[in-house]
Amino acid sequence: MSEYSIIGKPTTNVDGAAKVSGEAVYTFDMTLPNMLYGKLLRSPHPHARIISIDTSEAEKLPGVKAVITGKDTPGGRYGLWRRFPELCDQEVLATTKVRFIGDPVAAVAAVSEAIAENALDFINVEYELLPAVFEPLDAIKDDAPLVHDDCDNNINNTRHIEWGDVDEGFKNSDYIREDRFIYSSQHPSPTEVHNSLASYDKGNGRLTVWSSTQSPYYLQLGLADGLKMREGDIRVIKPHVGGGFGGKNSTMPDSVNAAVLSMKTGRPVKIVFNREEEFTCTEHRTAMHLAVKIGLKKDGTIMAKEFKLITDGGAYTALGATTLYLTGTYATFPYKIPSYRYDGVRTYTNKMWATSVRNFGGTEAIYASETQLDRAAHDLGIDPIEIRRKNAMTPGYEAPGQYNVGSCGLLPSIDKVEERIKEKWTDLSKDEGVGFTLFAYMCGGIFNWIDTPYAFSGAMVKVNIDGTVDLFTQGSDIGQGTNTVNVMICAEELGIGIEDIRLHPADTATTPVDLGAWASRETMMNGNAVKDAASNVKKKLIEVARMKLGENIVYDLEVKDKRIFLALRPERGFSYYDIVKDAIKLNDGEPILGVGHYTPHRKGMVSPAWSFGSMAIRVKVDRETGLVEVKDVIVAHDCGQPINPLGVRGQVEGSVHLGLGWGLCEDLPTDNGLILNPSFADYKIFRTRDMPQIELHEVPTYEPGGPFGAKESAEGAVAPTSPAIANAIYNVTGATFDSNVLKPEKVLKAIREKEGKEN
Amino acid sequence: MKKELKFVVNGNPYDIWVEPNTLLVQVLRDELGLRGTHRACDSGTCCACTVNLDGMAVKSCSILALQANGREILTIEGMANGAELHPIQQAFIDNWAFQCGFCTSGQIMASNALLKENPNPTREEVQLQMDGHLCRCTGYNMINEAIRDAAGRLQAQKSQEKTK
Repeated sequence: MSEYSIIGKPTTNVDGAAKVSGEAVYTFDMTLPNMLYGKLLRSPHPHARIISIDTSEAEKLPGVKAVITGKDTPGGRYGLWRRFPELCDQEVLATTKVRFIGDPVAAVAAVSEAIAENALDFINVEYELLPAVFEPLDAIKDDAPLVHDDCDNNINNTRHIEWGDVDEGFKNSDYIREDRFIYSSQHPSPTEVHNSLASYDKGNGRLTVWSSTQSPYYLQLGLADGLKMREGDIRVIKPHVGGGFGGKNSTMPDSVNAAVLSMKTGRPVKIVFNREEEFTCTEHRTAMHLAVKIGLKKDGTIMAKEFKLITDGGAYTALGATTLYLTGTYATFPYKIPSYRYDGVRTYTNKMWATSVRNFGGTEAIYASETQLDRAAHDLGIDPIEIRRKNAMTPGYEAPGQYNVGSCGLLPSIDKVEERIKEKWTDLSKDEGVGFTLFAYMCGGIFNWIDTPYAFSGAMVKVNIDGTVDLFTQGSDIGQGTNTVNVMICAEELGIGIEDIRLHPADTATTPVDLGAWASRETMMNGNAVKDAASNVKKKLIEVARMKLGENIVYDLEVKDKRIFLALRPERGFSYYDIVKDAIKLNDGEPILGVGHYTPHRKGMVSPAWSFGSMAIRVKVDRETGLVEVKDVIVAHDCGQPINPLGVRGQVEGSVHLGLGWGLCEDLPTDNGLILNPSFADYKIFRTRDMPQIELHEVPTYEPGGPFGAKESAEGAVAPTSPAIANAIYNVTGATFDSNVLKPEKVLKAIREKEGKEN
Repeated sequence: MKKELKFVVNGNPYDIWVEPNTLLVQVLRDELGLRGTHRACDSGTCCACTVNLDGMAVKSCSILALQANGREILTIEGMANGAELHPIQQAFIDNWAFQCGFCTSGQIMASNALLKENPNPTREEVQLQMDGHLCRCTGYNMINEAIRDAAGRLQAQKSQEKTK
């Protein structure tokens, strides 16, 4: 491997100047001439039949330009699991019944947001209240009310995963334990709320939508299905996005309703959710009940594992079915488990539907696994780090019929964190403890429930006469740094500078399909597509240089640092810029274009590669109040070859922040389906004074399937954070927890219970 | 009934008429087109909309526009000196102190007020001053480092000016 010129070097954000100057345009900042403002009327009931809707009073209000209900919409149903029509269960506006508090039933467009909001009060909806169901264990009962009339027992989706002989595995175990856990939701809470601006062209029947989305392509498909239009007649543009964290994958009521209102009025329409709508009516982490059984040998070797899951899906499917699959997969990570059986059920309930928040599935499964493993290690008298080392995945490991692990720096990461604990934390007080956990995360999903015939990612490169490059790709930068990564990859492959590349991101009309920013897929999948496109251009330039050198084909040429030269005799070569000019002149002036794509092949069923790592957290527990203070965090992290170390650190820090929140303070309590804390005053997110420092070590590996050896870094470190806290508390106090959000009252109660048992 | 508002924004004098219940952030974004100031929470709890009012950090969603009458406002658009970024802005870039960037204007404007008050803050002092600012992306540490880096740059700039 040759030394890279750009990859692996700390590189500032290509959107940096715009973002620190207030010049970066988010959908939130956009207006168009003649634009109207839309607002949604939402159901106040968790479950009710719509008897009638009277919009006549609202329509009469001065400034109101359109009021629509379900009957005014094109009537399409949409969802992300497009391969299964029954899972495309969303309507633009509810036509027959509402299924959660917040289900939209009507929409208004007016000349100002205030008038639109006011008009909602003049729409009269008559409902027939229906009994509602809020908990997954209630939802599957035979006498439970049905959230969707055609879905028996409210079972939205099921999943079975199995390998090895599980019963035999337990038979051969010396030690078996079973634990149950209940995990609660978490709101992604991006600072930019969901909002969309739609503009319908009356002349040609085409629609343009600007939206704060994680996936322009998914939104294009959702709009096409919901509006019964050709996807090619819909153009989705993703401007800068103020964060996603898993909550902006789906087509939401803002975009589809802005579109219908624009079609009705012939004017651009913008719908912006307020923060309360954002909390109560946008996607959040899936709450779930888990039963986990594990069998081990006396020496700590894992023999078998059984994992049962029932999730609280809420009113619709969206990405929730993927959560069900991934939780069952992550329950095995990052360990070699010879026999495994998983059964998961996702239920419909009368609540806002639950899907994904950063590290979805992994966060929940790894919390259960990592806390359970500490209890087992304790019972077996084995050091918690040793039991992990004994079972840790290694390069090339395969889970039969499920997934393949390529590169894997897990063992070195364990060594690194263990070494740092010993060096750094020599002064633990009696109220302080250390929790140790392992993690792994996918680099994008291989599954194709969206049902696209396109490659999972594409990119185009155009080289201009002066050597500058235009890079077109749908990769979705929502803050994680994808734009910078893509420019770096393109520059490295073409041997040019970052300043030579102009990026044109995330516009479905001008860029090839990419599936968007979820499951940490952009560096692996979009990065590979960008590299492929640049490589195809590079081949053309090399042909021209070879011709000019008059060298035989066995002499390899290289492109690096703006020169094209003989690999073995670097002094023999030309300037990149001169070759570009020649290449265009020699080929009848034809533009130099390169198209690239990425489709994973023979990588198993889940992901083309996996990141790995180890984490240790030092906490201080106040035994009188139950308050847990996070003092310090150490992470050793294998993300393959880091593309941009600055971005990698930012991603790991942000992941830990989110994990700390889910572990300690972020909760979405409900009462009869009503979310009780829909504001930043009541929904507690870690602020800067709460935040510990994080010591990050990169464990170098090279992933053969990744662009320049890279893997993901955006989500992995969420999962180990909350169980590391729980394990640290366990190590100080002996208290165990069957749930997350370890607020002081919960910790105190657990400590008292533990002390009560001992006395 | 609309009332007259005379104030200076980013060095430019304005004389406009606004409804008395209009918030400062609405005037900045909707009347003056300064959309670099973002609003995110609707409840005064995230500080994304922070601007400087006579050098103080204020949440522009939590004061009325008319309260700025006769006073000077600095927003993110007024930070750079022409094409040259302010040292705080440059420090934010160099330290990867933002990701999505939506809260960044508020973070930078609060830093500007903070560093005028305390030119050489410790990590803890920065945490104390910036605790109201919600950032969902970064985990705050890289912002804290950027602010302290900016403090050094501003001090170096000052001592350079002195030697001139």
